[in-house]
Amino acid sequence: MSVLLFLADGAELSLQAVTLAHSLGGEVRAVEIDGPYAPSAWAAALIDAAEGSDIVGPGSDRGNEVLAHVAARLDLPFAANVTDVRGDEVTRIRWGGTLLEDARIHAQTKLLTAAPFAFAPGARPDVVETLRPELGDSVRVVERVEPDTGGKVSLADAKVVVSGGRGVGSAEGFAILEELAELLEGAVGCSRVVTSAGWRPHTDQVGQTGTKVSPDLYIACGISGATQHIAGCKGAKALLAINDDPEATIFAHADYAVIGNLHEVVPAITAELRKVRAT
Amino acid sequence: MRVLCCVKRVPITGGKMVLTDDAQAIQTRHLGFTISPHEECGVEEAVRIVEAHAVEAHSGEVVALTLGPGEAEEQLRECMALGADRAIHLVSDEEWDAQATAGAIVEAIRSEEPFDLIVFGNESADAGNFQVGIRVAYALGLPVVTGLKGLTIAGGRARCEQEVPAGRDVYDVPLPAVVTVKEGLNLPRYPSVPAKLRANRKPVDAKPVNRPPAKLEKLRLVVPEGQGKQAEVLGRGADAAPAVVEVMQKLGVA
Repeated sequence: MSVLLFLADGAELSLQAVTLAHSLGGEVRAVEIDGPYAPSAWAAALIDAAEGSDIVGPGSDRGNEVLAHVAARLDLPFAANVTDVRGDEVTRIRWGGTLLEDARIHAQTKLLTAAPFAFAPGARPDVVETLRPELGDSVRVVERVEPDTGGKVSLADAKVVVSGGRGVGSAEGFAILEELAELLEGAVGCSRVVTSAGWRPHTDQVGQTGTKVSPDLYIACGISGATQHIAGCKGAKALLAINDDPEATIFAHADYAVIGNLHEVVPAITAELRKVRAT
Repeated sequence: MRVLCCVKRVPITGGKMVLTDDAQAIQTRHLGFTISPHEECGVEEAVRIVEAHAVEAHSGEVVALTLGPGEAEEQLRECMALGADRAIHLVSDEEWDAQATAGAIVEAIRSEEPFDLIVFGNESADAGNFQVGIRVAYALGLPVVTGLKGLTIAGGRARCEQEVPAGRDVYDVPLPAVVTVKEGLNLPRYPSVPAKLRANRKPVDAKPVNRPPAKLEKLRLVVPEGQGKQAEVLGRGADAAPAVVEVMQKLGVA
């Protein structure tokens, strides 16, 4: 059985899908798609190119969307965000990765996407065919609206994220987090409690239903550590938790811990950082 | 405008995943239940759309639909407290895979008057299959746009804004259509006490449904490794600052 590999947007996630594709054991044929994004037409083009072989894509928004269109067209099961494949069994993520599921695929053809950061990146294949689908009257992107970031580094791209939860206490309380983030050329994030309270916009929310981040350092200030939040920050290379409750769940996910009131700890870190840089 | 919102009852998981002894489900004895934040925004958006078009359309209706156990009526009441007018409850105690779920929803939709808009969450909070809305759209022959953070209905068309890393991609599709939405689309209202009381009197059409064999069959759930790692305590209070900066230097971010 050969494998059709769909290289979509996001080079990093696509290279992780390369590793998943090779783990299926068949010959791998890589394709990418040229033209405006039109998920239904893209899916039709992949089905034509696959000629009945398995189809693997990245676990990005578009990877999952196009594979779901393929599955709907073929009326086949689609396992989104898998972390492992063993014959007709897969392991896939649930709850944004805070839980796993072992599942059996009851179909001859496998449709899979690779869960983000579950596979080491593979090498980009030497040969990548380009598909140019017939768009017809299919649903497609007609316009791109660029966000006004005000020149700040985006949450998804930041090397450091300074994030606040209920413990910050108010919208004004985020000033000390802003100051530290600016010093580290990072971004400010927050938990869902904070956006629900209206202290920060939803665009700042890190979590299962917010932005998923993968910085070098994630600083969680006054965040309890609900699975909703962990699903968004577990991609961080290192996690420092600052919380005055030594029993807080966040410490079970942290690499480094400071037990204390964030309103004292965060300004002290900012001051220390300035002092060290001045010498 | 007639809008259908599909929702799913899921546990409020808190900080730690604990499984039942047979590893088939999350231990929910001490947990409350809710619908996903995506779906909450979906219901809010549906209610706003129907309100906004009530005058020109002379009529409008928001219907909430779920496939789930008897207890899921609680979530349908939540949707009606947010403003949905009535609910359809496909009753089953079993967990359904995405293909079977879509099939049951399609059948329920076909037995109703046509909807102008069918709204799903972008993905369920628990299973995260990213596909039920898309499958329903194909079965009904309707256009579908996913991951919406913005939606404008005018002149029988839907302008849909989808969040992408570089900004927002815009789609323009004719109604009827299927959309899947994300949290952040709006800020859902907090239901008032009178709204909750009214919700208790709104009709729920409950009908049992039988699950077909799963094509993607759940075998067992597994708690991933890495929960419960031992953090290195850098100190207590402001005195920990020098140790924190040392860690930042070591990580190359200072």
